[in-house]
Amino acid sequence: MYKIVTTREIAPKERLFEVEAPDIAAKAQPGQFVMLIIGSKGERVPLTICDYDAKKGTVSFAFHEVGKTTKELGLLKEGDCIENLTGPLGNPSEIKNYGKVLCVGGSIMIAPLLLQVKAMKEAGNKVTTLLGARIKDGLSMENEAEAMSKKVYIATDDGSKGYKGLDFLKKLLETEKFDRCVVMGPVVMMKAVSEITKPFGIPTIVTLTPIMIDGMGMCGVCRVTVGGKMLFACVDGPEFDGHQVDFDELISRQRLFLPEERLSSELWELGGCKCGRNKA
Amino acid sequence: MAETKPKPKIKKEAIEMPKQEPKERVKNFSEVALGYSEEQALEEASRCLQCVKPQCVNGCPVEVPIPEFIKCIREKKYAEGITTIKTKNALPAVCGRVCPQEEQCQVKCVVGKIGQPVSIGRLERYLADWERDNGFQMPEKAKPTGKKVAVVGAGPAGLTVAADLVKLGYDVTQFEALHLAGGVLVYGIPEFRLPKRIVQNEVDYIQKLGVDLRLGNLIGRTHTIPELMKNGYDAFFIGSGAGLPQFMDLPGENLGGIYSANEFLIRVNLMKAYNFPEYDTPIRIGKHVVVIGGGNVAMDCARSSMRLGASVCLLYRRSRDELPARKEEIENAEEEGLVCKFLAAPLRFIGDERGWVKAMDCECMELGPPDASGRRRPVPIKGSEFTMETDTVIIAIGQTPNPIIQRTTEGLVVNPKHGTIIVDENGKTSLDGVYAGGDVATGAATVISAMGMGKKAAKAIHAYLSNKK
Repeated sequence: MYKIVTTREIAPKERLFEVEAPDIAAKAQPGQFVMLIIGSKGERVPLTICDYDAKKGTVSFAFHEVGKTTKELGLLKEGDCIENLTGPLGNPSEIKNYGKVLCVGGSIMIAPLLLQVKAMKEAGNKVTTLLGARIKDGLSMENEAEAMSKKVYIATDDGSKGYKGLDFLKKLLETEKFDRCVVMGPVVMMKAVSEITKPFGIPTIVTLTPIMIDGMGMCGVCRVTVGGKMLFACVDGPEFDGHQVDFDELISRQRLFLPEERLSSELWELGGCKCGRNKA
Repeated sequence: MAETKPKPKIKKEAIEMPKQEPKERVKNFSEVALGYSEEQALEEASRCLQCVKPQCVNGCPVEVPIPEFIKCIREKKYAEGITTIKTKNALPAVCGRVCPQEEQCQVKCVVGKIGQPVSIGRLERYLADWERDNGFQMPEKAKPTGKKVAVVGAGPAGLTVAADLVKLGYDVTQFEALHLAGGVLVYGIPEFRLPKRIVQNEVDYIQKLGVDLRLGNLIGRTHTIPELMKNGYDAFFIGSGAGLPQFMDLPGENLGGIYSANEFLIRVNLMKAYNFPEYDTPIRIGKHVVVIGGGNVAMDCARSSMRLGASVCLLYRRSRDELPARKEEIENAEEEGLVCKFLAAPLRFIGDERGWVKAMDCECMELGPPDASGRRRPVPIKGSEFTMETDTVIIAIGQTPNPIIQRTTEGLVVNPKHGTIIVDENGKTSLDGVYAGGDVATGAATVISAMGMGKKAAKAIHAYLSNKK
């Protein structure tokens, strides 16, 4: 069992958990993820690592309460336990001094992006950060981003805060040169940013979060096409060259189980199914 | 010997084991084979000739003392019988169910020369199930040696090594990457062939022996073998299996509705997707499932799909005679409604507007001369293309070892073609004190061959550590 040490609401329905997991904390590096199982009937959910503290023996991850498991997680409090946490999984990010790095984070992936910002800064890079979300409420951790970045840009799809959409990014790239771009966010956002950076020739690294089950190369449900080759996001990634990823296929594969996910989530809203795992 | 000579007249037919009727069982995930009653077990046991030089034992990869345990059944000394098996085999309830006895112990049975061989597997299962109903007995353990062994993987090979070494007095830590122990026994073999509570019982038994089982611990990520060496482990056994699924590299393979056998079986078995939404992990199954492949894994996928309500066609590129699956499994599957399409292979998958598979183009094959595997090689017939409608495809064409341990253990020599760890006949790898066995060394094979290699490796590790100061 893995004990929750702290919980923090970073935005409406978005939470950051710090969990006791000394083995994982000792090995975790930016870019990696953990696999969470909430209880004995639970699914395996991959979550990108947002922070780790080897001394304290804790690891942090953020989640948005959109599906059954994340809603169930949202009810847990400090001191509660999670049945299983496996990790760290996936390959660590390539962190080194590139020069000027643009870090782009969207919605719930803002929290793990800040670990990239921190690591890139510590490696000597000048980091510019762009935080985006559909609406103002999806933004989070702006203060942390401010503290670690040279400059922070904000954008929302509806323009409720900061720039409206990502059009401004093209203009920014026309005036400012970046040596590397790191994007963590919804697939549509990673696709859009990759398309914007491509003509400028900025190496762009995206973190893919397709459906996964085991997260260690066994099932192949996370297969993605990168540069025309079939790769597994869990063991070959999760970071890939954004200019090589077939995002449309990824979007389609992410929706494979949408009806089942909705059913599960709705049943949960109705007070759980008849198996005794009720909400309260 | 007080034992009276068996009567010369032996019944030629083996006692059949009761099974669920095909029409019924295809609607549920409960175990198909129901096990012998005491009367049936006694009658079957009476068919054993109690050979002075038993051939059956030679056919068993772990050398279970077969005539001895059958004798115990005849004398109704069931506790003694199971103890006899467990001197050699820590997982009898599993082996009694999934071993291919017809190619191992039973093929050598002398009774088989005049009729059907003694049903050794069914009798083994009878004793194992008897023990589960009557309480486990703990074997004697040797004095602690003070030496630590790390076992990587809690599948058939790893569980065997862990059980053998803990009984010899070693301090055994077993690292399992998944959240449940059992390896292929829990993620691969379906509930209706091997109920998961039976695997869990065997795992519980091994834990009661004193093995420290650490779940959710992926060696190569959470810890590495070189790190564990520094942390005081004296020897290692790698039994990480063959978990990496193979795809066909055909157009359209990433469409929705196309599963690797591993994904399909992990969802259904490990995550219990057939109980969705009580369990969180879903499975989407259409009406017309095509399973590509012909091994036991393909049969497991086909039979699971039928239980989920689909009609299933097995597509195999060779003919019936070359099917690698156990005959019993093929018969079971066909009784349940499996349709086989032999001598055909897919060319491409075709999707609908939502990105879901709706058909596949295939071509017919004929058999040419034998290939490296000794089986006749399938050769495409020109102009034989045809289209099959389908909404779910399961690719069951084999698995290879996961490379993560090999990549994170410097000096471990690996077969570059198959990714398997190279070992000698005792399971010793290129590294001192590091042994390996099961599918990670052989490529995908059977549960019992993995256990057999585990046995040998455990012996070799014991010898190695006994000599090591």
